[in-house]
Amino acid sequence: MVKWNKKQRVAVSGVLILLSLILKYTHVPLVVTNLVMLSTAVVAGTPILINAFRSLRFKIVGIDALVTLAVLGAIFIGEYWEAAAVTFLFMLGDYLEFKTLEKTRSSIRALLDLAPDRAIIIRDGVELEISSDEVKKDDIVVVKPGEKISVDGMVIEGNAYVNQAAITGESIPVNKKQEDSVFSGTVIESGYLKIKAERVGEDTTFARILEMVEEAQDKKAKTQSFLEQFSRYYTPGIIVFALFLYLITRDLVLSLTLLVIACPGALVISTPVSIVAGIGNGAKHGVLIKGGEIIEKLGTTKVIAFDKTGTLTEGKPSVTKVKSFVDQWTEDEILKLVTVGEMYSEHPLGKAIIAEGEKRFGSFQQEPEASQLIVGKGVIVEIQGKTYAIGSRALLFEYGISIPKEEETYIQKEEEKGQTVVLISTLEEILGAISIADIIREDAKKLIQEVRDQGIKRIVMLTGDNQRAAASITEELGIDNYYAELLPEDKVRILKQLQQEVGSIAMVGDGVNDAPALASADIGIAMGGTGTDVAMETADVVLMSGNLNKISYAIGLSRATVRNMKQNIYFAIGVAAFLLFGVVWKVVFLSIGMLVHEVSVLLVILNAIRLLSYGEK
Amino acid sequence: MTNVTFLLETLTCPSCMAKIEGALRRTKGVERAEVLFNASKAKITFEESIVQSEDLKKIIEALGFTVLGEKQKRQKGCF
Repeated sequence: MVKWNKKQRVAVSGVLILLSLILKYTHVPLVVTNLVMLSTAVVAGTPILINAFRSLRFKIVGIDALVTLAVLGAIFIGEYWEAAAVTFLFMLGDYLEFKTLEKTRSSIRALLDLAPDRAIIIRDGVELEISSDEVKKDDIVVVKPGEKISVDGMVIEGNAYVNQAAITGESIPVNKKQEDSVFSGTVIESGYLKIKAERVGEDTTFARILEMVEEAQDKKAKTQSFLEQFSRYYTPGIIVFALFLYLITRDLVLSLTLLVIACPGALVISTPVSIVAGIGNGAKHGVLIKGGEIIEKLGTTKVIAFDKTGTLTEGKPSVTKVKSFVDQWTEDEILKLVTVGEMYSEHPLGKAIIAEGEKRFGSFQQEPEASQLIVGKGVIVEIQGKTYAIGSRALLFEYGISIPKEEETYIQKEEEKGQTVVLISTLEEILGAISIADIIREDAKKLIQEVRDQGIKRIVMLTGDNQRAAASITEELGIDNYYAELLPEDKVRILKQLQQEVGSIAMVGDGVNDAPALASADIGIAMGGTGTDVAMETADVVLMSGNLNKISYAIGLSRATVRNMKQNIYFAIGVAAFLLFGVVWKVVFLSIGMLVHEVSVLLVILNAIRLLSYGEK
Repeated sequence: MTNVTFLLETLTCPSCMAKIEGALRRTKGVERAEVLFNASKAKITFEESIVQSEDLKKIIEALGFTVLGEKQKRQKGCF
């Protein structure tokens, strides 16, 4: 027999079935019509028959065996049209399912295609092109424009713009220069780099992401396990039912129809297709969700706990305000003076001031003529022959400099807002104040709002920081409540308490010092997980970039996936029930039933494909 | 105990999954068999003194599925 591939077989049997349909309604000898129909059944049915026998050899009665049985039954009683239609539809359905399923998996496949395969390295002063698997640690890798970086490592030479979309999901190129870290799978858009390999092959961040995504797509959702459990009883149940039906009605065709039609194809596939599309979409956007169960949990959670430092805030102190108390000094002059005064400071507050000064005025050449550190309080400096005190209230108190009432009120107000205030004064009078705080990240407020709109009922903040700072951020962002001055183990304790109170909780942290909390939450979400092993291992959701909007993206995507899954399940159950009753009441026949069944499976897959475009406007 | 992962052609029907898993689990020497539907992979744990990965590959192929690749890992002791 000629060997056809799937596509050709579908085409040939398609032509034949059309011909059968035309002949059915024209007056040609019945023999001709029947012969065409029969050949359709043979062309389309042969692979089904072969598969049926293959399974039977291993004592497995699959859907192929049932269809074969039903078709043979139909031919036996002279229903050639039924036989032709059923085999054709079954085959077409299988083919279309194959094509559409490929689509649901396309995002993950696309990710796999990003894996680097070649690398140019320098060994003994010579450039060699080798397979990226052969690169060893400490090799020097050269990457040119348009090429993929094949290792995780550190730049030792060159300057380039690198597209890190494969890792972070952000496609805006990032500048990389000496001593910057680069990742395998990212692409140089312009410039060139020499990189010292730190992690190669399967140890690279990219390889580990791939492995995780691959595993995640088959980690079953609870609903999925339930459905599988259900079909384990459902299928034998249907067989018993069909036997029973045959015993009372003695109608072989009816019983066979029931067996074929009642196969819960759409139901079984309903959840895995949604999950794979959801996880694929996330992976493409730098959101790694580790499995169906996590999507389900995240899609239904009502409570989120945020870590403060590094998550909602920048994680390092910055100058938020400069204030002058006297007319002869402008705010810029105050800042300039303090910057010069703090020039030698190693203190985080001093560094924050220097950073702000240099940001506003460029780099400073000027130095104080003398500088004396008063530990824990500040510095006494001499600039252009004048002595200034820069530091806390305690410093000014020590030097007997009084703070007038109006200025005192200002300082207290700033402190209530969670600011740390650095004062500057001459030996006679106070000149100004600089407020410093760990500033809230730009999009934090928007995030909280978005998360609320997504149906999160309660948002709490956990922090090791002091009460005052926590309270002010809580108020500014509109968070429900906070728990401050916590040690890592306290965070775990509070999460446990909350879990008892409200049920499932998602915890967002930076993944390094929050690892215990992330592990004990129902859903641990690690931010900016790139390159940090602990975060990638312990968290359930890893956001590859530090971008806050990925949090609401992950929640939104999970909710959309859960919704999609539910639509699929309800639809599949509806169709199965309709077919079951239809068959028993003899309004649905084999070919129509097969058509409805195959169409329902396709619709379920197509519905899941919609998820792939989530987040793209 | 040895683990082997077979990369299969794209699986299209969940029932193929049950078919392959069923056939493998009934094979003597196979400890665990799991077919990953979305990844189109079969992960099998087996006792190499009773059955070889080549035999397992043949079973999958006899069911009508193409095996595209193979990755073997020997387990150190038991876990």
